[in-house]
Amino acid sequence: MTCLPPKTDRKLGLVIDLDTCVGCHACVTACKGWNDQGYGAPLSDQDPYGADPSGTFLNRVHSYAVQPDDNAAQIVNFPRSCLHCEDAPCVTVCPTGASYKRAEDGIVLVNEDACIGCGLCAWACPYGAREMDQAAGVMKKCTLCVDRIYNEELPEEDRQPACVRTCPTGARHFGDLGDPDSAVSRLVAEREGFALMPELGTKPVNRYLPPRKKDRPEEASLLAPLLDIRATGLAGWLDRVLGRF
Amino acid sequence: MHPAPSVIVFTVLSGMGFGFLALMGLFGASGWTGFALWALGYGLAVAGLVASTFHLGNPQRALLAFTQWRTSWLSREGWASVVTLGLLAPQALSDWLGFGWGRGFGIAGAVGCVATVFCTSMIYAQLRSVPRWHHWTTPAVFLAFAVAGGLVLAGNAVFGLPALCVLGVLMAVQWQGGAGRFAAAGSSMETATGLGRIGRVSVFEQPHTGGNYLMREMIFSVGRKHAARVRMIAMVAAVMLPALALAFVPGPAAGVLAAGAHLLGALAHRWLFFAEAEHVVGLYYGRRAG
Amino acid sequence: MGQPKVETSPKVSDEVKKTTCYMCACRCGINVHLTSGKVTYIEGNRDHPVNKGVLCAKGASGIMQVTAPSRLRAPLRRVGPRGSGAFEEITWDEALETAVSWLKPLREEAPEKLAFFTGRDQSQSFTGWWAQQFGTPNYAAHGGFCSVNMAAAGIYTIGGAFWEFGQPDWAHTKLFVLFGVAEDHDSNPIKIGIGRLKARGAKVIGVNPVRTGYNAVADEWVGITPGTDGLLILSLIHCLLQAGKIDLDYLARWTNAPLLVNGTEGPDKGLILKNAESQPFVIDKRTGMPAPWDGAGVQPDLGAVWQGHRTVFQHMAERYLSEEYAPEAVAGRCGVPAGRIRALAAELARVAFDEAFELPVEWTDFRGDRHEGMTGRPVSFHAMRGISAHSNGFQTARALHLLQILLGTVEVPGGYRLKPPYPKPVEAHPTPHFVAAPGKPLSGPHLGYVRGPENLALKEDGTPWRIDKGFTWENPFSAHGLMHMVIPNAHAGDPYKVDTLFLYMANMSWNSSMNSARVMEMLTDRGEDGEYVIPRIIYSDAYASEMVAYADLILPDTTYLERHDCISLLDRPISEPDAAGDAIRWPVVEPDRDVRGFQSVLLDLGVRLGLPGMVTEDGSAKFRDYADYIVNHIRRPGVGPLIGFRGADGTAEGRGEANPDQLARYIENGGFYQAHVPEGAAYMKPWNMAYQDWAVATSFYESPQPYLFSIWSEPMRKFQLAAEGHGFLQPPDHLRARLKVAMDPLPVWYPPFGEEAAEGYPVHAITQRPMAMYHSWGSQNAWLRQIHGKNYLYVPTAIWEGQGFAEGDYARVTSPNGQIVVPVAHMAALNPDTVWTWNAIGKRRGAWALDEGAAEANQGFLLNHLISEVLPGGGRVSNSDPVTGQAAWFDLRVRVERVGPREVAEPVFPVLPRVVPKGRGRA
Repeated sequence: MTCLPPKTDRKLGLVIDLDTCVGCHACVTACKGWNDQGYGAPLSDQDPYGADPSGTFLNRVHSYAVQPDDNAAQIVNFPRSCLHCEDAPCVTVCPTGASYKRAEDGIVLVNEDACIGCGLCAWACPYGAREMDQAAGVMKKCTLCVDRIYNEELPEEDRQPACVRTCPTGARHFGDLGDPDSAVSRLVAEREGFALMPELGTKPVNRYLPPRKKDRPEEASLLAPLLDIRATGLAGWLDRVLGRF
Repeated sequence: MHPAPSVIVFTVLSGMGFGFLALMGLFGASGWTGFALWALGYGLAVAGLVASTFHLGNPQRALLAFTQWRTSWLSREGWASVVTLGLLAPQALSDWLGFGWGRGFGIAGAVGCVATVFCTSMIYAQLRSVPRWHHWTTPAVFLAFAVAGGLVLAGNAVFGLPALCVLGVLMAVQWQGGAGRFAAAGSSMETATGLGRIGRVSVFEQPHTGGNYLMREMIFSVGRKHAARVRMIAMVAAVMLPALALAFVPGPAAGVLAAGAHLLGALAHRWLFFAEAEHVVGLYYGRRAG
Repeated sequence: MGQPKVETSPKVSDEVKKTTCYMCACRCGINVHLTSGKVTYIEGNRDHPVNKGVLCAKGASGIMQVTAPSRLRAPLRRVGPRGSGAFEEITWDEALETAVSWLKPLREEAPEKLAFFTGRDQSQSFTGWWAQQFGTPNYAAHGGFCSVNMAAAGIYTIGGAFWEFGQPDWAHTKLFVLFGVAEDHDSNPIKIGIGRLKARGAKVIGVNPVRTGYNAVADEWVGITPGTDGLLILSLIHCLLQAGKIDLDYLARWTNAPLLVNGTEGPDKGLILKNAESQPFVIDKRTGMPAPWDGAGVQPDLGAVWQGHRTVFQHMAERYLSEEYAPEAVAGRCGVPAGRIRALAAELARVAFDEAFELPVEWTDFRGDRHEGMTGRPVSFHAMRGISAHSNGFQTARALHLLQILLGTVEVPGGYRLKPPYPKPVEAHPTPHFVAAPGKPLSGPHLGYVRGPENLALKEDGTPWRIDKGFTWENPFSAHGLMHMVIPNAHAGDPYKVDTLFLYMANMSWNSSMNSARVMEMLTDRGEDGEYVIPRIIYSDAYASEMVAYADLILPDTTYLERHDCISLLDRPISEPDAAGDAIRWPVVEPDRDVRGFQSVLLDLGVRLGLPGMVTEDGSAKFRDYADYIVNHIRRPGVGPLIGFRGADGTAEGRGEANPDQLARYIENGGFYQAHVPEGAAYMKPWNMAYQDWAVATSFYESPQPYLFSIWSEPMRKFQLAAEGHGFLQPPDHLRARLKVAMDPLPVWYPPFGEEAAEGYPVHAITQRPMAMYHSWGSQNAWLRQIHGKNYLYVPTAIWEGQGFAEGDYARVTSPNGQIVVPVAHMAALNPDTVWTWNAIGKRRGAWALDEGAAEANQGFLLNHLISEVLPGGGRVSNSDPVTGQAAWFDLRVRVERVGPREVAEPVFPVLPRVVPKGRGRA
């Protein structure tokens, strides 16, 4: 099982638009809410009202400062979750076969019934996509809402990951990145979507769309004054303005 | 990486145990002395393996870990250890009870010991996400520890002293090169976020003020001075003191002293091995290399 | 071994109930999933007009709110000293009888001795009505410490404002300019809107000292210095006027720019010139003669001078063409380079005029003129607390509306669109009512819009009627009251003492007050007689907030999933530009404790007190509970709290008799109702007769109310005239100078108050709310507190380096009012003279059922301690906007000094005694 499929029929994944994400964390708690009652064990919280609360989340939103050489510093909000890598190191290290990549759609899943909770897959993942649930002792990760996207109990339009459905700005897109004609693939092509840490050879499926160029007011011509108001006074200005009226 | 006691004890004891078992497999010892020595080897190896299960979330399913030997070094390590312990069992019986079955099982078992320690080391060395570990020095040091540990435990100065020397050199090489390995791997906050195209990246705000598994497990920092001190302890205790003891202390006391010191040194080394290793996920939390 | 089989079609829940969120003020529609009677999942309602299916971090965490250990469990009566936390549980009957025994004598003798303030209340048309029937003038909700500047400036200028009043035309706008923090008002709709703009590559410009959230995704960021937005806007206006880039046709037809300003010295100077019928008039370009402002075919002349009186347009041009508004003159003050200001003005003009477009919609205006189409100007704006929580906030908000008007972008395609029941000019709003008489109800609603000094809530001796001094010379247009001044005024006995303070859902001993530490003392101070200075405090809340410990009687409220609520067109509806909308909450689960919805409790109290409208002739309850009230209360003939499914058969919209099935129909419909604006009435609403007629039919007004936008505000000029010495009603002398400045009939900028006292405090300090946290409504939430469990003071690079700060350091932050010691973090994308932090993450130890070691209570902190509720200089003048009384939170100035690494923020308060047990695991 921990052999990766030679190829998958589809490459389902997310495209996250960093030009649009306002960092509201909606995807974080929508994911928590769905997966707390969905696939596998609930996402537990430890000491939730205590001095040091912590819990299992499958999606986290970072916020970075980026300092260009020649312009004002920027803030970029950055959601981070499983990238459903084609060459997923988390899968191959698993001793029990609990971690696997689905041949039909490329989703990387954990079969919790087979997970011994050794944590090695989390070590192998460069992206921090996996969090061990402290109560259940099994590894949790983004399932791409495998229990939503095919769910016949849900209306067609709701068959998408909870994070995508809830995102208020529409910064998260879900689709088949293996199909060059899919909406997500076109978006990636148009906006020059990129993969994270390509140097590690994991071949992530998920893509990020870069922030558009900022703080470059077009070299628009500045407004030309109608006339020299100091010379003409208000009366001259009025004549000129209203004369055109 | 979080230096969890279970993995430190696991790698140190099983390494030393399999190293010693390899010697027993090759050279043996007879009668009740043999029994005691075999028991010591088995005891260390098994104690280490048992310790490794302490950090499992669901140890009751541990048998499943034998299924994925084709891809998983952890699974291979499981097989190797069980096969090795199995292979050595008839040799131990033969040594103890004087069956005179030759050293076939022992030699095969010794090979198994080496394989087991190698598999253990590869659990760490395979991880590209931890650049400090992803290097030939990881298996080399693990194997050197096993060999040196076994010899020290055996009180063998003739092979022990050179083995300790090799170990010392390898440790030094591992430490020397380790510091630059993260940077050399090429991952940075800029590649981790892909935002390097805009400018230099730093953390504005963490994604959560509460703790989480990633931070507990993979983000651990150890100060430069502290690391240097631990290195010193590891080198002195694991290499120098045992060497001195083997060279200058007469009688069986040499082995005991040397082994005790070596064990402490190995624990120190292993603590640092984990504590110093930086996982690339730390980049998302603003932990740059160094 | 093959792949495991995954169940991809699990049943999600047993049932879905659709109600309205209350995790913040946004009022999104939610689908609450229930399994075995328990809430198991909450998601956005796709059909709902506010959120269209999406939901924010708070909304999706509501499930942790219904099970929060901080929920109050039963009515409580204080048995030890105030603040000691010694309470005993009592029955509801005892609680209500206790309240009645306190309130009944007050009503009979001096109703004003009850001060009833309802915080983040979403039922103000009901709670206000209750207070009106009780007869106390002392009622308001939290608008005074929130965003009344924004609301009032909008009403006085364009007959609507931002958020609930209107929104950008997201479908057509090409340039969206956001001033100040707005992340919380209004949350999801603005995110949805920004997402739509981003999807089609439209441009977003953020003007804000801090570059986070919406400003982080803005294509351009203008890192302005706090409190100078008005100056920047007036400079933009300067540039636009100078270049003639203004919409003259729009100004002439739809605004009071062509009206004449009385230029004669004397008591009428500066008022709009009226004809014999007391109607304003214009000079018709066709004839050069006066003509009615709303006459058919009239072409108003902006340049007219009639008998020496000039038009508003000329006064305005003269004011803003002045060099004092030139970009070069304001750049330093605003922290924005002059070139940047000019570029911004050019961009506004380019999009408004060069990208103008025409929607082929035929319509008829109030003059009877028919139009073939509507001109679209695709520039829109939004602003909320950021620019309004300053002592120059009202005028700044007016300036922003003036900018929109000059560009001709209000109520046009691509611009800013109002949401029914808005537009609604000042004239269509009530004036304030405040005259209290023993045993009598008030003659009308408390809150309203003042037209002139004659509407002020002043007694004959010139002292205020209201405990918060609302509607006085200190803040004449305080349309939302001044909740932040209630406790300080009651404590000081200024203008008088009250007997009972009755508060709902407002954390006044913590994050909702300025100077919180002092407020705690006020609440526990005793007079010489040993009695509390504020003798009785009744408080209703659902949770063990910091305020609970200071109450004498606690009426525990339900959570939002256990109650009825009414989001009514009578107060704060959920309309969209294309549809009026209202909504309900209904109990999707029953409370598992002895708590009751506050509104039902008020009705019960009303019956026990025999308040008119709440009892039948035989003295029995007229309404069973709040749900019954929502359905059966009739405010005006045919008009009740909800507009949908009215009439016996449930088909009437807007007007119609009560329908006993109304709530069931709402529930069936997803918890809301929309009355759609007819085609052809969607834009140009204030002047579009199709809209005006629909608005009357739908019950917003009794007759069409077309009006002109007020560039020149006559009500303001009336106050200025009084300050200049004209008229019978005269302000006290110490307020004359500031009234002359603040009540300028044209938008003006002046430095925020307290600048002189801020000498030595060079840094501006502000707050904003994180999008995933809505202070005291959400910060005990098990999921959200993992995201925002503590806050840092964000420090700009120059100060960071200047002070030699390092990670882990704390800073001493000192203001004229006090000092705090707090953790710091560096932020480069920040105005260089500004520090900021997330608001109200800090909690008091022992509150909210949190552990005493909680980060919120140890590293978390409030800036409130640094802010004085009164201005320096004596006289107890509130630290508020001089026009509306809005709390000037963001005028704060501080000094920042490094103190090195620490573990705990200061001040440290004693642990609050617990009224509920400490929370353990998740319920």
